[in-house]
Amino acid sequence: MSSYPDDRFYSKSHEWVRVEGDIATIGITDHAQKELGDVVFVELPDAGEIFDEGQEFGTIESVKAVSELFLPVAGEIVESNKGLADEPGAVNEDPHGDGWLVKVKVTSDGAADGLMNAAAYEAFVEEEAKA
Amino acid sequence: MSDHGNLTNPVPAALADRRRKSSSIFDAFRPGRKGVLLPALDVPAADPEALFGALHRAEVEGEVEASEVDAIRHFTRLSQKNMSIDANLYPLGSCTMKYNPRINEELARLPGFADVHPYTPEHLSQGALELLARLEEALVALTGFARVTLQPSAGANGELTACLMIRAAHVKAGAPRKYVLVPDSAHGTNPASAHFAGYAVQELASNPRGTLDLGELEKKMTDEVAAVMITVPNTLGVFEENILEVTKIVHAKGGYVYLDGANFNAFVGKVRPADLGADAMHMNLHKTFSTPHGGGGPGSGPVGVAPALVPFLPVPTVEGADDGWRLEFDRPDSIGRMRTFYGNYGVLVRALTYIHSYGNEIAEVAETSVLNANYLRKKLAPFYHLKYDAPSYHEVVFDDKLQAAKGVHNIDVAKRLMDYGFHPPTMSFPLIVPGALMIEPTESEPVEELDAFADAMIAIAKEAEESPELVTSAPHVTPVGRIDEALLAREASKPGSFAPVLRAPVRRS
Amino acid sequence: MRYIPNSPAEQAALLREVGVAAVDDLFATVPREVFRKDPPPLAPPMSEIELRRALGAMAVKNAAATCFASFLGAGLYGHHSPAFVSQLLLRGEFLTSYTPYQPEVSQGTLTAIWEFQSHIALLTGLDVANASMYEGATAFVEAVLMAERLTKKRTKVVVSRTIHPEYLATLKTYLAYLGLEVAEVAAGADGVTSAAALAAAVDETTFAVAVQSPNVFGLVEDWTVASEAAHAHGALAIGVVNEAFSLALLTPPGAAGIDIACGEAASFGVPASFGGPLIGFLSCRDAFKRQIPGRLAGRLETPDGPVFALTLSTREQHIRREKATSNICSNQGLIALMATMTLTALGKHGLRETALQCLSKSEYLKTGVKALDNGKFAVAFPGATFNEFALRCGPPVAEVLAALEKAQILGGVPFARLAPGAGEHEDLLLVATTERVRREDLDRYLDVLKGF
Repeated sequence: MSSYPDDRFYSKSHEWVRVEGDIATIGITDHAQKELGDVVFVELPDAGEIFDEGQEFGTIESVKAVSELFLPVAGEIVESNKGLADEPGAVNEDPHGDGWLVKVKVTSDGAADGLMNAAAYEAFVEEEAKA
Repeated sequence: MSDHGNLTNPVPAALADRRRKSSSIFDAFRPGRKGVLLPALDVPAADPEALFGALHRAEVEGEVEASEVDAIRHFTRLSQKNMSIDANLYPLGSCTMKYNPRINEELARLPGFADVHPYTPEHLSQGALELLARLEEALVALTGFARVTLQPSAGANGELTACLMIRAAHVKAGAPRKYVLVPDSAHGTNPASAHFAGYAVQELASNPRGTLDLGELEKKMTDEVAAVMITVPNTLGVFEENILEVTKIVHAKGGYVYLDGANFNAFVGKVRPADLGADAMHMNLHKTFSTPHGGGGPGSGPVGVAPALVPFLPVPTVEGADDGWRLEFDRPDSIGRMRTFYGNYGVLVRALTYIHSYGNEIAEVAETSVLNANYLRKKLAPFYHLKYDAPSYHEVVFDDKLQAAKGVHNIDVAKRLMDYGFHPPTMSFPLIVPGALMIEPTESEPVEELDAFADAMIAIAKEAEESPELVTSAPHVTPVGRIDEALLAREASKPGSFAPVLRAPVRRS
Repeated sequence: MRYIPNSPAEQAALLREVGVAAVDDLFATVPREVFRKDPPPLAPPMSEIELRRALGAMAVKNAAATCFASFLGAGLYGHHSPAFVSQLLLRGEFLTSYTPYQPEVSQGTLTAIWEFQSHIALLTGLDVANASMYEGATAFVEAVLMAERLTKKRTKVVVSRTIHPEYLATLKTYLAYLGLEVAEVAAGADGVTSAAALAAAVDETTFAVAVQSPNVFGLVEDWTVASEAAHAHGALAIGVVNEAFSLALLTPPGAAGIDIACGEAASFGVPASFGGPLIGFLSCRDAFKRQIPGRLAGRLETPDGPVFALTLSTREQHIRREKATSNICSNQGLIALMATMTLTALGKHGLRETALQCLSKSEYLKTGVKALDNGKFAVAFPGATFNEFALRCGPPVAEVLAALEKAQILGGVPFARLAPGAGEHEDLLLVATTERVRREDLDRYLDVLKGF
């Protein structure tokens, strides 16, 4: 059974994006959180900041690693997950739910272009592990 | 020492706690105590309130109140919670944890060195200046460089000093250039130092041997590249066999070759870095030249330079001869100062003492450190995976591939090693070896200590096979159990996490 | 083979185990043309007897402050160090351990680092201090670079010229190629930073404003001059301290709006040692801690008591590489420990008592200078000082120092020595007093001046 929900799309840099209307919610995947280990800090942008598709919008840190976060869709940040300041572990415990990172007002039409569905992402992760 | 498992403790818990619990002096000082007696004031007492008015501070709230005995007990007990080279082999790769001779300590503490102010007039500090000149001379003899600056405060500071000199040289020649090339196996300080000299860093991918790929270098070595930073032997403990071709390629494009001298212990007295075509190299006196690591410092990172970079050395330099030494500031192309005064002088005294101790036989240091590392490699190779099998010099980098199959990772091996009485190897790099266990025994270790370490590593490899939980739950007999560094980092990220303990001091009931 | 334990027979056995005939076979991948067969051009090995003789001969050629009455300061002050400090420091567990990467076997070092951080935070009135910097000038550079990261896309740091010239020179070296501008604000005629001139130099491109107190002339500055000028334009205020004992008697930077304090803490029992190793410090407001350079020890409460470990390590070079907050790797571990031990022994009361002695002795000397009636010397500036003041000399400074030297006195630091070639303040001598000088030294000093 796939551990990746079907209601969203996935990027090659291991972010997920779920689009409802013109608002996209973005987080990192279960695979990404496992690779990172215990998340201790997440640096996120303020509401109002505007990013291009594929642009770095923040960083996520474990004890001994830092990973950049890339926005899978272009848009304006409408909300960052403030809860992560106190409970960054939510990214580990519930990466596809409470551990979401930002909500973005999508500015481009083809929001989900070039992204994978759950099955394709799972295959991609398996492929990466072999390489 | 306590056991974090199930062994019963024969001492009543409440009393055992007194020895066992870690605490800071801020948790338990007693009001009214003090630990220093000053002579009676022999001039009229000034009135700070009258002199400073609104800028007067009445007290440093929260500061400690402790007697001299309190201080001695506290710091002696703290010391007992540390591992050290004096007690055991300390194979922290790339850190060269060799024996720190005590004659070095004695001589650095002579009042004629330790109690001399840096602004003492030159005619009253001739011996202090002479020591700087003599150390420069000795390091020139060992490296083949034209000159050596003793000013950099540590290895990373030496790297930055060299990057700034290289940049100044390019600027003088017309353009600063844009990039510095750094191999993917490099210490993290290399890219950071290049960045703080205003350069963008480009990474050089290593070849399957773990050394520099000449094709990759030729491709990336353009006339926009200011310098290449290379570690010899590299962080895998492998000597760059093609080093002479590498320096030729870089020089042909007008770039400089920077050698990271962190691993100088592998070839001191055997090879002069200038002969390899290096234009600059820092030396970590606290590694190769035996000055104490002191729980994190002080270090010292002198930089040797080829003639082309001499005009750019930091000021002041020491000039003169036996009839008079002086500080020279008038060097128009100098990059300027890297710090106050002249360097970590006390460390320099220790290093010169060490160099004199070996004198012209210093090559034995490199020979023995390489021999010891190879001995450990031979003993451990059947039990730990070696990603790159090129010949090892002063260190050998295994990894946890064989143990990971049982869920045991390098960090677990490291923690279990503590139970056997050894400090763990380096694990945070090289980045090209996931799960690295970088082992550098140094020349200081007697054969029985090498054997004991190897036996411990082999025993852990067997434990990883047979009872992996014993390893993953380690350490079991250290002063404290495994510390949850993730929890600490999460707590530390929260507001107010670093406030000193301002709680009420302990009172006797 | 001075410090190599194995006997030649044991070495030979190791070679056999490794499977090579000669040790040079292990160096086979070194290009032959650079492999040295001959020993390096150094003298033969020396025994301890010879080392004591050779290094001792250099040591005796220097004027130790123990043989002179020393009034040298200018950024490094000769305070008392309790006897136990240098002895405890020789414990191998402190001396011969390294950076506490493995907290389970480094609680001693980590606890001491955390205590050092706590002392610095309390003294400076700020929330977080790091595990130490190399020395004062590089701590200042790191503070400036930190402020630049905290204020996005600004390019100018405004510095008072009453900051120690070697600190300013160091700053310029490090900033040379980073596209940042150093704007210097000259001191007023009273030797103190002019609030108006400083404020006028600050604008929307300014990321930091830095002043030093006591300043290079020994004069006490008001931190709010910097913090108000900085905050008016959204910049950060940096406070530089290189006579750390002054923090016992003067408003701490953190209580006067300073955002980042930095400087030199060698005053706490660290020997002058011809200028190093010393102990830089850096402290800041809690909100800025993720941009702190260097090591940082944190404290975690557990059922077995507090434990300590390095933390927020992702700021550092071994993880972030070229994006790190600094390239710094080491800290001044042993020197920080030395300062921590001294501060523990001094404590709240010893700090104040020592600072009061320094102040009183300096005031005694100033009063004596003002009472001289030969018209050749003056206290250069009227403002309040802590333990150092600028003496304006009618006769050439070199002659004054030579006369004092004859009376077994190191009379002070000529201002000209701080910035050789600059030709500034050539008639000023910086005169520092600590608890180590006696009234008879002060009187002898004044007697020499009277002789001019």
